[in-house]
Amino acid sequence: MIQQGIIATETLNSPIPIRQGDVVSSFMKPITSLIGGSFEWFGSLGIFCWKVLRAAVTPPYEWRELIRQFDEVGSKSFPLIALAGAAIGVVISMEARYSLTRFGAKSMFPATLVYSVIQVMGPILTGLIVSGRVGAGMGAELASMKVSEQIDAIEASAINPYRLLAATRILACILMLPLLTLAADAFGLMTGWFAQTLVEPLSFHQFIDAGFHGATFSAFLPQTFKTAVYGLIIGTIACFQGMRTRGGAEGVGRAATNSVVIASLFVILADVVLVKFILVAFP
Amino acid sequence: MATDFINSVKNAEPTQEFRAPVIVVKDLHKTFGTHKVLNGINLSVDRGETVAVLGRSGTGKSVLLRLIIGLEMPDSGSILINGKNIAGLEIDRMSEIRKRMGFLFQHAALYDSLTVAENVAFPLEHHRRKMIRSERCDRVKQLLAEVGMQDNLDKMPSDISGGMQKRVGLARALALDPEILLLDEPTAGLDPISSGEIDELILKLQHERRMASIVVTHDLHSAKAIANSLALLNQGNVVIEGTFEDLQKSNIEFVEEFLKQS
Repeated sequence: MIQQGIIATETLNSPIPIRQGDVVSSFMKPITSLIGGSFEWFGSLGIFCWKVLRAAVTPPYEWRELIRQFDEVGSKSFPLIALAGAAIGVVISMEARYSLTRFGAKSMFPATLVYSVIQVMGPILTGLIVSGRVGAGMGAELASMKVSEQIDAIEASAINPYRLLAATRILACILMLPLLTLAADAFGLMTGWFAQTLVEPLSFHQFIDAGFHGATFSAFLPQTFKTAVYGLIIGTIACFQGMRTRGGAEGVGRAATNSVVIASLFVILADVVLVKFILVAFP
Repeated sequence: MATDFINSVKNAEPTQEFRAPVIVVKDLHKTFGTHKVLNGINLSVDRGETVAVLGRSGTGKSVLLRLIIGLEMPDSGSILINGKNIAGLEIDRMSEIRKRMGFLFQHAALYDSLTVAENVAFPLEHHRRKMIRSERCDRVKQLLAEVGMQDNLDKMPSDISGGMQKRVGLARALALDPEILLLDEPTAGLDPISSGEIDELILKLQHERRMASIVVTHDLHSAKAIANSLALLNQGNVVIEGTFEDLQKSNIEFVEEFLKQS
């Protein structure tokens, strides 16, 4: 009896033999599922893009919904973009003045501000703010429509939801992003100049003259119009995440969060690629 | 009064001119993951006929309707609408077929950002583009009057009851004068009086419009009231199809059990 107890205790205390194959499979399982999930996600995104593209180029065109989306994406984002652009203009102005004064290059201030705002900060700032505001809004709106069968109801009413809901939103993002970028640039330059003027008076005419001296359109236009690509990314990701939602309120929340996170990440990645492309294509 | 109307409409046999199969479902299969929902289902609905599809939860009744309107793709089999197979049609070609169909969703699926009138006007705005505004308004009022919702034009869907939402959903489904009407649980979640009113409304519309209809329901009483024939589903297949009396006469164990529990 005692001997049996000892044997049982020994059995319990002895380490459970772990096979090497088990360790490898438990380690590999999340990786393979992540890779599989990514392939599935990109595959579904590809099919979604194809459906939207086909719907967008074939009549009937949803002009009224497109105009409504211009308002949603453009007009309603304008105050936020203007405020953010203005704030960034002041920050760059203060930072640039301090650094340039230290290196004895104060005369370069207008050009530094102009190039910093228009080439770097304006586009990426606009992209990230719109991906936050519009991406979350679109993702949540479409997800809510999806889980309450409203998208199915649109389809059952013989209306192509890819044309009515997705194509219009994506096109509005593509067209509105460059315009919003111009607004962010304009407010950034104005507040940057204003912040400088408070410290050291400089006429706006002189500031613009010095800032744009020797600059060509090719130095600024590609940087501004690259945001159309950001618009494509934001609109596509938000619509895709929204229209594939499953599972009630939790699904809606997840779609909104994923729309913002994925769109912001892709905007930053696209910026890396586009900056290199612009440097090569517009030397 | 309501019962008299229901009986008079139900007893009126469809005339010969309406006797043509509008919906024919042949050997339809549908699987979600590993769960086989429909297993070779066959069904036929004539013009002016109403078929009620009954069965336990999860037997694929709603899936059958979603397949017929093209919201889901079948794994195999065919769905003929006026003799044309719609299984696997791409979205824009399917839209042409859907213009002749009306669909009432289980939870009405009204557009929550639009008013009651705008919900009903929605299909008209997209498919009757030449219709002038005043004409469209009149049509919306007429449709809402048909379902007894003419006094709620400007209300939002969230401000009306479930029964009223179903009425609005029904008006929206009828907006394009469909020849096929698909109703997914039209009386689910409603009190007996509202259910009776919806049943009466469906019968009245059927009587006036002579549509081919499929009604998915759990409610045997409602099915008996509005349908010409009943199809009982079990494990993805039609166990029996016929009148309520045929079901009562049946010796099939599942049919007896279903009738007993209902």
